[in-house]
Amino acid sequence: MRRKKGERKMCNGQERRNMSNLKIFLNGLIKENPTFVLFLGMCPTLATTTSAINGLSMGLCTMAVLVCTNFVISCIKDITPDQVHIPVFIVVIAAFVSILQMFMSAYAPEAINKALGIYIPLIVVNCIILGRAESFACKHTPVASIFDGLGIGLGFTLALTILGCIREFFGAGSLFGIHLLPDVTNIILFVLPPGAFLSLGYLVAVINRVRSRKG
Amino acid sequence: MEYLLIFISAIFVNNIVLSQFLGICPFLGVSQKIDTAIGMGAALAFVLTLSTIITWLLQTYVLNPMGLQYLQTLAFILVIAALVQMVEIILKKVSPSLYQALGIYLPLITTNCCVLGVAILVIQKDYNLLESVVYAFSTALGFALALIVFAGIREQLSLVKIPKGMRGMSIVLVTAGLLALSFMGFSGLEGGLRVLFGLN
Repeated sequence: MRRKKGERKMCNGQERRNMSNLKIFLNGLIKENPTFVLFLGMCPTLATTTSAINGLSMGLCTMAVLVCTNFVISCIKDITPDQVHIPVFIVVIAAFVSILQMFMSAYAPEAINKALGIYIPLIVVNCIILGRAESFACKHTPVASIFDGLGIGLGFTLALTILGCIREFFGAGSLFGIHLLPDVTNIILFVLPPGAFLSLGYLVAVINRVRSRKG
Repeated sequence: MEYLLIFISAIFVNNIVLSQFLGICPFLGVSQKIDTAIGMGAALAFVLTLSTIITWLLQTYVLNPMGLQYLQTLAFILVIAALVQMVEIILKKVSPSLYQALGIYLPLITTNCCVLGVAILVIQKDYNLLESVVYAFSTALGFALALIVFAGIREQLSLVKIPKGMRGMSIVLVTAGLLALSFMGFSGLEGGLRVLFGLN
């Protein structure tokens, strides 16, 4: 009963084995960038990018969880029955998120922990993590899964940091907390919720333009 | 009066999608048509209210007395996932017509961060059971309102010519930004109502 799809998975594995770890890493970072190409995990992207440092820390938190869950799920993929694989994945993800939550409240600076707030436990329902578990980790070796987690996680971190930089620069005239512009030029809209939608919308338009020119 | 304030604030002032960024995925994903938006809103109102009651009881009568607060995330997500499955099975048996209407949206709700978000928020805000229920229901109404208005705009948007680079997700995000901007007009409402009702 179990693993009827095993054969197909084997083929898939063989085919993918030619793909080097570096390629898997770059694939996640650029070609399948979770934010700009796949539009996954939009909630934290919009909510936590009020400043560059918040975006960066949210990205790193998500990456940490993603790498750990990808590795564990890839290790246990052969012993999880097919019928319950989604609940098993969710429990693994929730366990790592709880660990992260405790780690953050113990060691992270108070301001960052407060800014990320409810979005730390909500990493559980971030579609990127369950998505990668389903589409990559349960079909590949643990090492390849770690590289996939690093690539996708870094792609997400990069996207969040860029968006955070844009919003912080225009909204508060600073970058990573360092003041660059006099206060009179601040456009407060950028750090408010509508600014998140607008900045990401125009950023995606620019990226579309660059991609279509390249292709 | 306190309940009315929670109600109005959750729908307009702190709209779950447009100012708290929870449930963006269905907001962007199932907003092409008004019909589907109404279906999704109704399904969410149902599940969100039910799940908030259950998670609130779980937190107050199981996790808190036993000192297991660190299991909150894990326990809540499992309860929500199980609840959605159960609602689906029960609806199929009890009311096939309602199941027909809501069926396809139910599985989508497990991954809707609104549900887990509201469950955690009511605990953080220290609401009692009735306040939690009012908050959950009005949050779902706020979600439905934003979704339906947005679907209406997107139906119109499909008729106009959009610059090439802006097509797809880009124009959708910019439109959502403008909608969020208009909802910001409600931001003074909460303070005004507090003064009106004589609350602090």
